[in-house]
Amino acid sequence: MSAAARDAPRLPFEQSARAALEDATMRANVLRATTTIRARRAAAVADTPDWPELRAAGEALRQRALLRLDELLVRLEAAVTAAGGVVHWARDAAEANALVVGLVSATGERSVVKVKSLTTDEIGLNDALAAAGIEPIETDLAERIVQLAGERPSHLLVPSLHRGRPEIAELLREALDEPGLADDAVSLLAAARRHLRDAFLRARVAVSGANFAVAETGTVGVVESEGNGRMCTTLPETLVTVMGIEKVVEEWDDLGVLLQLLPRSATGERMNPYTSLWTGVSPGDGPRAFHLVLVDAGRTRVLADPDGRPALRCIRCSACVNVCPVYRQTGGHAYDTVYAGPIGAILQPQLSGERGTAASLPYASSLCGACADVCPVGIDIPRILVHERAKVVKAARPGLEGRALRMLGRAFSTSERYERAQRTARALQRPAVRDDRLRWFPGPLAGWGRSRTLPGVAPQTFREWWEARDRGA
Amino acid sequence: MTAAREAVLARIREALGDGVPPPTVPRDYVTRGSSSPDVVVARFVERVEEAGAGVLRADDTAMTVAAVLAQHGASRVVVAPDLAVDLRPAGVHLVEDGELAPRVLDALDGAVTTCAVACADTGSIALDGGPGQGRRAITLVPDLHVCIVRADQIVETVPEFLDRLERPARDGRPIVIVSGPSATSDLGFERVEGVHGPRRLVVVLVGGDAP
Repeated sequence: MSAAARDAPRLPFEQSARAALEDATMRANVLRATTTIRARRAAAVADTPDWPELRAAGEALRQRALLRLDELLVRLEAAVTAAGGVVHWARDAAEANALVVGLVSATGERSVVKVKSLTTDEIGLNDALAAAGIEPIETDLAERIVQLAGERPSHLLVPSLHRGRPEIAELLREALDEPGLADDAVSLLAAARRHLRDAFLRARVAVSGANFAVAETGTVGVVESEGNGRMCTTLPETLVTVMGIEKVVEEWDDLGVLLQLLPRSATGERMNPYTSLWTGVSPGDGPRAFHLVLVDAGRTRVLADPDGRPALRCIRCSACVNVCPVYRQTGGHAYDTVYAGPIGAILQPQLSGERGTAASLPYASSLCGACADVCPVGIDIPRILVHERAKVVKAARPGLEGRALRMLGRAFSTSERYERAQRTARALQRPAVRDDRLRWFPGPLAGWGRSRTLPGVAPQTFREWWEARDRGA
Repeated sequence: MTAAREAVLARIREALGDGVPPPTVPRDYVTRGSSSPDVVVARFVERVEEAGAGVLRADDTAMTVAAVLAQHGASRVVVAPDLAVDLRPAGVHLVEDGELAPRVLDALDGAVTTCAVACADTGSIALDGGPGQGRRAITLVPDLHVCIVRADQIVETVPEFLDRLERPARDGRPIVIVSGPSATSDLGFERVEGVHGPRRLVVVLVGGDAP
């Protein structure tokens, strides 16, 4: 990420979105790509007769893992350790980054190859590595593109989704110093292969994320398409895997569900080209040292809220992003989080606290419910969006409207207060009333009142009239 | 980092203080296939081809493998030391793997291996380092992977496929699941083949009736 992107002012979503809507090229790229993938996902799901049953199993196995999280992490740790791996724990991003930097530094290497990992994007690992003089080389094509461009990722699965093929070609021509590179996909992939092959062959340390880890066997998995994940988890001598604590599942059978839900929801394929599953280290095949770094970084905060907790079931397929009518117009950068789209709108505020830009994300939705329909693990995203909005409102300092409503609430609390308020209002409204109607409003209401009137407080209320009548009788 | 471990576990226990019981996982999805072996093999062939790989049926495995290698111009080919003799093609230079360095593998034209199990529903093959399969690197670095699959190794569903892989995982063996050649969806979600893994995958199918 470039310094410019990193230091960009943190605007609330509605302001960033307005700027994004001006970028017609980006919007066309996002709309085209998300339209393509929606159709592919829908076809893959229609082709799976037991999809509802798989979804129900996926929802339950992820929820079960969250509700047994402490137990499963301890089991995972034991299994990975028994298989020759080393497990580390990190309370927050800084601790995780320091751990990884320390592990890489201990090997003496000055560069690492990286498999695309949202968790490492989230904790800002690349900046931490660079600050320690270690070059992180992203190897997923789209992640490499945003790295070369000095941009932030704009989509969970395809970080460079906001860029079209001609722009990507232009970028690669310059970054790879290949002015003759053609725009077609085959040429671009061949260039990516040439460009990264040497990095793979000489890499001695790799950093990866994990799509899941099985507690009972200690097996960690990476699901991918290009083969860069295989390269990184196979060729180097040392592998450091950074994993959010919520990614653990209980048993091996859970993989039979996730490996059907994930590729179909993510890329619309029956199965992605490559899935790597490894258990600790295995003599004679692959890395000789394996470190698993388990990261909290706000996840226990999410876990503590039973209504927000289901957001942690997410398997990062991005199906919700691709169907979201808001994301499809604004693209991902307006969200100012690596988790753009509906899932990010419920995850980021919970992870970081409902403050700043994150507090605006629960409003980045029309609550249409398309996200909930496609979620392979049954996360009721609109429900959590509303829940998060309530948390934002509760946490906010009351504005003018809130103060006015609070005063009104007090006035209505007893009949004495109510009558006193009526008398005060009658006195205050005098300059604004003509023919029993309020025709002028103070302060922020002035504009509203320019073309509207309201009935004023009556010169005499019913109760006043009644009392006067009693006295007169 | 014992302090961090204890802190994270304590936070989790506190967060789960509401004591909601974990749900049981309903496994009503299809766990066992119900199709005949012929249908299973036919579906496997169809879906491997859909995934962008080639399939050739073999009467004589070694001869078919040799033909595939010749067709792809592969003359120097890596195999696992324990690849059965009757599966080894004639007429090519076979290099037996013994911890060959990545750069050495990169200079070879292809790899010939067997597999652990295959899945018809997804057109996938899995390698677990068993006999004839070798280290993961040999089917990764060279640009052509020729994989010998016996018809009786093909299961119908993904859950059956993973059932066969549980034992090797518990034994600590690394597993790779391959579905077609290396590809990407990163250019506007259109699937394009040929990135870092082998750009060509050919399955040589042994046994089973020809369709």
